[in-house]
Amino acid sequence: MTLMQKFLGAAATVALTAGVAAADPAVIFDLGGKFDKSFNEAGYNGAERWAEETGGKYLDIELQSEAQREQALRRFAEAGANPIVTMGFAMTPTIEQVAPEYPETKFVNIDGWANLPNVQTISFAEHEGSYLAGVMAAKASKSGTVGFIGGMDIPLIRKFACGYAQGVKSVNPDATIIANMTGTTPAAWNDPVKGSELTKAQISQGADVVYAAAGGTGVGVLQTAADEGILSIGVDSNQNHLHPGKVLTSMLKRVDVAVYNALKDGADLETGFQNLDLASNGVGVAIDENNESLITAEMTEAVDMATKGIVSGEITVENYAAAESCSVLEF
Amino acid sequence: MDFLTLLQVLDSSVRLAIPLLLACLAGLYSERAGIFDIGLEGKMLAAAFAAGAFAAVSGSVWVGLLAGIGASMILSAIHGIASITFRGNQLISGVAINMLAAGMTVLIAQDWFGQGGRTPSLLTEGRMSPITLPFAEMFQSIPLFGPTYKELISGHSLIVYVAFAFVPLTWWVLYRTRFGLRLRAVGENPASVDTAGVSVIRLRYTAVMICGVLCGVAGAYLATGLQAGFIKDMTAGRGFIALAALIFAKWRPWYALWACLLFGLLQALAVRFQSIEIGGVVIPVQLMEALPFILTVVILAGFVGRAIPPRAGGEPYVKER
Repeated sequence: MTLMQKFLGAAATVALTAGVAAADPAVIFDLGGKFDKSFNEAGYNGAERWAEETGGKYLDIELQSEAQREQALRRFAEAGANPIVTMGFAMTPTIEQVAPEYPETKFVNIDGWANLPNVQTISFAEHEGSYLAGVMAAKASKSGTVGFIGGMDIPLIRKFACGYAQGVKSVNPDATIIANMTGTTPAAWNDPVKGSELTKAQISQGADVVYAAAGGTGVGVLQTAADEGILSIGVDSNQNHLHPGKVLTSMLKRVDVAVYNALKDGADLETGFQNLDLASNGVGVAIDENNESLITAEMTEAVDMATKGIVSGEITVENYAAAESCSVLEF
Repeated sequence: MDFLTLLQVLDSSVRLAIPLLLACLAGLYSERAGIFDIGLEGKMLAAAFAAGAFAAVSGSVWVGLLAGIGASMILSAIHGIASITFRGNQLISGVAINMLAAGMTVLIAQDWFGQGGRTPSLLTEGRMSPITLPFAEMFQSIPLFGPTYKELISGHSLIVYVAFAFVPLTWWVLYRTRFGLRLRAVGENPASVDTAGVSVIRLRYTAVMICGVLCGVAGAYLATGLQAGFIKDMTAGRGFIALAALIFAKWRPWYALWACLLFGLLQALAVRFQSIEIGGVVIPVQLMEALPFILTVVILAGFVGRAIPPRAGGEPYVKER
């Protein structure tokens, strides 16, 4: 009998701990890994901030291959994790497949497009953040020519380019914008050598500020810009520290805020589509001790004006992803 | 297109052509000896990683260069053991080397530096500095020749001049030395070399190791000459373009030089002009990027002089059954 009691007690304890574990949220980092200095790392920082502030715990996994996507998502859902935050558009098809099987679990898909009753899909207004970067580039440029270097030629990257071009033109309508894409295959995200050559080509055409929205290729762009003595603009995470005093600013995408909010809301989070824009601090430009010497009062004022205008709706920034065309820049 | 733009495009072509040229010559040694090598890409990648990592840790670009050559030679040795000693399929071994390099470089880099599969950015001592040739400033005032000398010929890193020197050297080794004659023979008819009392195995290993050295230099040039560190998959298919150039060059050193310069020029044009308009027809940039492969297919199809690979290429040598 005592033995039976022990068993029952143990079973009850297991059930209880399982109940506690069920409240834990989970984060799935994508192939870049959680220390990619960019998108995933921003998500990791948000999750860590939540854990520190609330003392809560979260489960996490760094995917190593495409085959693990479904497996990881299912394992977390089976373990009772709620909500499950997934990083990146590549998770969307998997979520569309798995989420209907776990109607009680809430899923968060950052940068994705899944449309299901128990999924929260978060997108960012990158064109608005890029607009501000464009305003700063135009103010910093002495030659009146600025450059843009994209990674793979996809609508998302054209959205960056189009917002940037509009920002530049708002300050200097006569400015020339040289926009280049690195390539049309995923290799374009990791070709710093070509990034360097594109930067050199843009410099020889007169560009003195280049904005890189190109993943690992951007590392080559920022490096060459620093070597050749012109300014560059980073993307996604704050990249100002890579070359202090030589990176004008970074267009921030507050993935950390998105992850933090999702974990904070816990199982009660609202599903549906969410757009993090300038008004909700979802995007912005980074100013810290590494670039403050480059920022003039006039520049700060112009950025503030543009921010106010966009937030109040006086300035509408054209969104390439919605319109599939750009009035100020030809691709 | 004015003269200065032309010079800038040519300068860019040289920078883009050098990794191709080194990898192409590497493949030339290996394939002339009868060992097909599609692992050029993986060897360059491993070398780029080792060069970036060791240059960052030691602060010396030369330590980086040696480490790059070493890493590439290790992979070459694996290819040699698999395809010469164990008579395995050379293509499969090459594919395995590419996959091994793509995975291991990122894994080791992440474990070592924790920067998302990158190596730390190199400072000045860790990078190859450009060499200014003598009289570059003095000749400046001479029309045409002055700017050409200063912009195009001077101002590259040491590896660039070494790579160009390797073209006549390779020609001389292949066509004017006893070793070269045997190397070519072992790729055409290994049995005859064996009959003459020369070791087929040793010749093929030598060729594969030379291939490793050249790939190592190419990788180190990518990570420490053109860039300031290693980034995952940074070779971005250059090993395969080099293979295309090798076929385009019909496995000959001087042709290899022209093929790589042509492919470099096409890339440089694609970088400088997104779309080129010729007589009202706009040529999209994607076509420029695909041209090296299209040209190679045209050559392979036999429209412009046939490309015949070394006859014993791809076949392991079996002395007796």
